[in-house]
Amino acid sequence: MTISTYRPLPAEIRAIQDEMEAIAASYGLDFYETIFEMLDYEELSMFAAYGGFPIRYPHWRFGAEFDELMKGYSYGLQKIYEMVINTDPCYAYLLSCNSITDQKLVIAHVYGHCDFFKNNAWFAPTNRRMLDQMANHAARINRYIDKYGHEPVEEFIDACLSIDDLIDPYAPHIVRTAAKERKSVIPGDEQLQAPERKFQAKEYMDSYINPPEVIAKEQQAQQELLERQQITRSFPDRPERDVLQFLINHAQLREWQRDVLSIIRDEAYYFAPQGQTKIMNEGWASYWHSTIMTGHGLTDAEVIDYADHHSGTMATSPTRLNPYKLGIELFRDIEERWNKGQFGPEWEACDDAHERERWDKQLGLGREKIFEVRRIHNDITFIDTFLTEDFCRKHKLFSFAYNDENKTYEIESREFEEVKKHLLKNLTNFGRPVIRVMDGNYLNRGDLYLQHQYEGNELKIDYAEDTLTNIQKIWGRCVYLETVVDDIQCLMTFDGHEHQRAPLIKN
Amino acid sequence: MTQNIDRDLQRFKHIVKGKVRSNLRKYVTHGEMLGRKGREVVSIPVPNIDIPHFRHGKKGSGGAGQGEGEVGQSLGPGEPEPGTGEAGSEPGRHVREVEVSLEELAMMLGEELELPNIVPKGAETLVAEKDRYNSVSQVGPDSLRHFKRTFKQALKRQIATGQYNPDRPIVIPTRDDTVYKSWTTVSEPRANAVIIYVMDVSGSMGDEQKEIVRTAAFWIDTWLSSQYRGLQKRYVVHDAAAHEVDEDTFFRIRESGGTRISSAYERIQRIIETDYPVADWNIYVFQFSDGDNWGDDNNACLSILKNHILPVSNLFCYGQVESPYGSGEYLREVRRIAEIFDNVTTSLIEDKNGIYGCIKDFLGTGK
Repeated sequence: MTISTYRPLPAEIRAIQDEMEAIAASYGLDFYETIFEMLDYEELSMFAAYGGFPIRYPHWRFGAEFDELMKGYSYGLQKIYEMVINTDPCYAYLLSCNSITDQKLVIAHVYGHCDFFKNNAWFAPTNRRMLDQMANHAARINRYIDKYGHEPVEEFIDACLSIDDLIDPYAPHIVRTAAKERKSVIPGDEQLQAPERKFQAKEYMDSYINPPEVIAKEQQAQQELLERQQITRSFPDRPERDVLQFLINHAQLREWQRDVLSIIRDEAYYFAPQGQTKIMNEGWASYWHSTIMTGHGLTDAEVIDYADHHSGTMATSPTRLNPYKLGIELFRDIEERWNKGQFGPEWEACDDAHERERWDKQLGLGREKIFEVRRIHNDITFIDTFLTEDFCRKHKLFSFAYNDENKTYEIESREFEEVKKHLLKNLTNFGRPVIRVMDGNYLNRGDLYLQHQYEGNELKIDYAEDTLTNIQKIWGRCVYLETVVDDIQCLMTFDGHEHQRAPLIKN
Repeated sequence: MTQNIDRDLQRFKHIVKGKVRSNLRKYVTHGEMLGRKGREVVSIPVPNIDIPHFRHGKKGSGGAGQGEGEVGQSLGPGEPEPGTGEAGSEPGRHVREVEVSLEELAMMLGEELELPNIVPKGAETLVAEKDRYNSVSQVGPDSLRHFKRTFKQALKRQIATGQYNPDRPIVIPTRDDTVYKSWTTVSEPRANAVIIYVMDVSGSMGDEQKEIVRTAAFWIDTWLSSQYRGLQKRYVVHDAAAHEVDEDTFFRIRESGGTRISSAYERIQRIIETDYPVADWNIYVFQFSDGDNWGDDNNACLSILKNHILPVSNLFCYGQVESPYGSGEYLREVRRIAEIFDNVTTSLIEDKNGIYGCIKDFLGTGK
């Protein structure tokens, strides 16, 4: 079933697009060709439910999302103004019932996103032909549904989606050395010899940089590990964060299941950079819509509407930092600092408040700097590098924590270090727990041993149990999860029948 | 435009209805749906169904926020999700409202309770379907050809195309002119049924008892309405005196006073006598009470019941709610009669959870 929502863009909108495109380009924004389409709210909700794509594989969760969007809209609770997807050419969807002022703003905003998609390093490995890829995925899954029935396929997709965030978001950027295939479960007679691991050094420095006794000790430890692995036949050699890939490689799956799992994984990796750059991406797009609109786009009659809409987008609430707001303010802050030369050791060393206030070296490097920032950073490095104490104070940032006694969230601190720590923690791995595969042959029974890297946040137990159930469905054998419950290290187990939890005794 | 999303949406709704079905007992005992009618759509809260992921719990969670406030100030229990830099990327597990029509609910209830579909007996069929030849069609068997219309049609065509010659008035119908008699299926009520609901609203009935009674009556009403079309319903409430009320009032009324069940029976008797001649009507009576009657009223009740109501009713159901004040003796009286008349059914409702059983007691018979 092919469905086209394509209809020619109204001349009025087309004119705005041409105008905005020219202005955006004149500022140095660099984007793929951008195709705008006008949709009514129902269509826009459909695209939104589908993650921006016209065709996805059949799954009830899209229906649920759609239902929620439509209800939210009809009760007047929420409204999507625009969607843009990271493809080449870029597709952007406009809501047909928006006023012209809104359309202008949205189009300017979209060009910000398009530029970001094309130029930000974290998007570099993504498939720019994802439209085709998604349709291909849909076709494959439809074929499996035809062949194996709706229920089994849907059930399996449910299980896969349950762990679609257990990926290694940095994997596309790094060639892991451990990428080589595990050869066989039982190696043959080949001699087990741990490789010597030395730092590079000139010959005359070698004994200094690589002291023989240390090397020998390391090698011995390595050797012991190898031998122990040999006895326990455990793998992988080092903890694996890409749980999905591990399951694709090693789980007892039928061919179609393996393919479904890899489809889910591909899509998860495609969407990952958008999560990694939410603050930057929205901040960047907002920075440009405000620059373009206030500098060029607005007529007198439109100013109020624009201001209303813009401030709506920037609104903050106490317990949820608005990525639009944080992003745009940080970009503006960076621009100002580099314009005035408020960076470098000299600036850092200055502790005279008056002097800092008056500090202006008239460098005018701001624009250039923010373009560089949008190219190389992601949210974590962005916050880590550019969030300053002054910024924190100026924007009244605070950190908050859950008070277990009062059952409420409370403002914890206004200290810069604390705020930054909390922010970074919530951005790390999208604020989700990191789960790694430790052993795919635990107890030499082919059981799967997972570990939650505990960083002070405990798992939501009911969710964790449900998720374990789903992993067990995929793995086929008993699944273990090492985590911390009520401050005690625990091992959660699901063997396909019942959930168990016991304190962990480490030997 | 047909859209892919419709398929997913239907699938989702299907799954949700499965949830509703498995939690039906809970919804049935809730009084929230009272007073809704027939095809009306009701919203039922179901726990959101979502796909489980590994997530952090509240303990040890926190984040960064923006705004005024002293250190230590509460920000409220918040949504389960701590504020992160990513707004709205993970909606919390909240409640979703599902819209189901009452008819569908009644169907589910029927399946769940394994209620028999009520098969109207023989000539007592409430609604009969009948074919009536009252329209025409372009197609049909020759035996149903409508000569007059066919020729009229042919004549019209010939005049319109200029082929008609008044001097030589020959009309030859072509295939397109042929018109056939055709029928429509109409529903005709052949026999009639009326349900009379009686509810005790006296002071001894606490709010909880009233709630139970209303809920039970409501579901019985919903189920029966889904089984019969064109059903008539009458509502009587009584304390020491009986009043006939409309449906809306019946499900909402609050009253108090003494209890004289006979007053209600007299009212029923009057209703039946004036409006529902026994020859033409099937009569069902559902009575709910806490069984606490005015002491010497019982004899009067039973005599009306035996002499005037039971002989003409298809089914008389008596549901008694346990009440801390009521003696509940009336149930014994009715049970005694039930041994003589086989169209009497009784049910004792202990608490809210008994509603389910009560519905089954009353309707499981399929009478």
